Amino acid sequence: MTTIAEELDALAEDFDLLDDWESQLEYVIDLGRALPRLEESERSDANRVRGCSSQVWVVSERADDGRLAFRAESDAQIPQGLIAVLLKLYSGRRPEEIRALDPQTAVDRLKLGSMLTSQRANGLAAMVERIRREAAA
Amino acid sequence: MSFDPHSIRDQFPILGRRVNGAPLVYLDNAASAQKPNAVIDSMAQRMRTSYANVHRGLHTLANETTEAYEAARGIVAEYLGADRDEIVFTRGGTEAINLVAGSLGVGMAEGDEVVLTEMEHHSNIVPWHLLRERKGVVLRFARVAEDGSLDVEHLMGLLGPRTRVVALTHMSNVLGTINPVQAVTEAAHAVGAKVLVDGCQGAVHATPDVKAIGCDFYVFTGHKLYGPTGIGVLYGKAEALAAMPPWQGGGEMIESVSIGRVTYAEPPMRFEAGTPPIVEAIGLGAAIDWLAQFDRQAVHAHEKALYERALERINGANWFRQIGTAPGKGAILAFTVEGAHAHDIAQVLDKYGVAVRAGQHCAEPLMRRFDVTSSVRASFALYNTLEEADAFADALVKARQFFV
Repeated sequence: MTTIAEELDALAEDFDLLDDWESQLEYVIDLGRALPRLEESERSDANRVRGCSSQVWVVSERADDGRLAFRAESDAQIPQGLIAVLLKLYSGRRPEEIRALDPQTAVDRLKLGSMLTSQRANGLAAMVERIRREAAA
Repeated sequence: MSFDPHSIRDQFPILGRRVNGAPLVYLDNAASAQKPNAVIDSMAQRMRTSYANVHRGLHTLANETTEAYEAARGIVAEYLGADRDEIVFTRGGTEAINLVAGSLGVGMAEGDEVVLTEMEHHSNIVPWHLLRERKGVVLRFARVAEDGSLDVEHLMGLLGPRTRVVALTHMSNVLGTINPVQAVTEAAHAVGAKVLVDGCQGAVHATPDVKAIGCDFYVFTGHKLYGPTGIGVLYGKAEALAAMPPWQGGGEMIESVSIGRVTYAEPPMRFEAGTPPIVEAIGLGAAIDWLAQFDRQAVHAHEKALYERALERINGANWFRQIGTAPGKGAILAFTVEGAHAHDIAQVLDKYGVAVRAGQHCAEPLMRRFDVTSSVRASFALYNTLEEADAFADALVKARQFFV
């Protein structure tokens, strides 16, 4: 498995090929569409992190070797795409790896800032918070 | 008499800016309106040239500032058709409602009832929930019909001997519905209930004539009326305010204080504890003065024309579902787009320079009523143009393409 750093490099390479916001947006939406959906039962109140205008559900599992796997879904498409990016970076990692990657670094590197301006509204900030909390536990 | 927005746009410096490379099309006016130079300058001028605390100084700046602050109270009173002593300055519409709920709540008992509507903003729901939690007050919600109009008959049916307050919005911040507040007031008074009208939208886009409405309380906020944030208004009928205990304690609201006893000032000072938002009140006065140069009906007709233009360009699209089509409604366009989340649409509209709101608009019960988790809202103001209504509609069509 690739490391977080390698994954971030690979993502950055992909994103660098996109030269305008329209293609970046289309790419993010496509990543989201390719993401497996959660089970109906997993879109529960317990798994929901609240956003103001859209919602995100997060499911986490800890493997025997301590690695944390995350699956997540949003009811909106742009957040869903950004979730796909976050999961590529954070899912299947050891807690110390997760703790080592500042989400802002990834956002800056991938130039996703403009899509993340409404983090609080779309629940992504709460999702990152949840991921980091799991990794701290 | 028609209203030409082009003649006033250059008085709003912010409208000249570009967002994401496109000219700003600001259609989030129901959340907060932009400010004309008249407001910005009056506040800056105040702080630059004559500022001090109000009401207690014996020096020139204190007197000048007090005069300007009290002049603003007079301007607000005239705007609402009220007496100046009936105007309490608050920090916003939310605080004004909390003041009324908090003060009236002192005299309420378990089982007393407050009647609200399903279309209320959270600021006209939560303060009453606090009374439910603290006092055992029962909240009743009048239904909203499918077209977004208030089910007045249902509301009337909720009125009874235990109804203490009816609190409803003059104009819905989501649906744009303008409610028959006068008729509701009459019916509420017939059962001995007090009436609070939330005029945060109505003070801007309807006719906030408190004497004609007959309500006991009318609240609005400055920042949606082209004024600053941090200032709101509570109008209360003189006899209603006189009978109410203070809500917050502090300086300015007392007559005398001793170790064992306090006596309170008469309204409105009784309800203005502490240093008020002085500069903001003066800015609000400037906003109302500025608005007074325009014919109110012409401004409303212009806003309605913008709304209708946008609707005309989109309506009929099979992916567009409007929420709120009540007759006589104001210039607020709330809608959902089939196949795309409101959040996604708003985010892409921003890329085209178009600012709208998406979400629940602080009106969760209403969203539930219409069975949507969120909606997009475009809300028009006097400075918007027909070209902007077109730009919004065109951007919406383009934005949708990303998601289907």
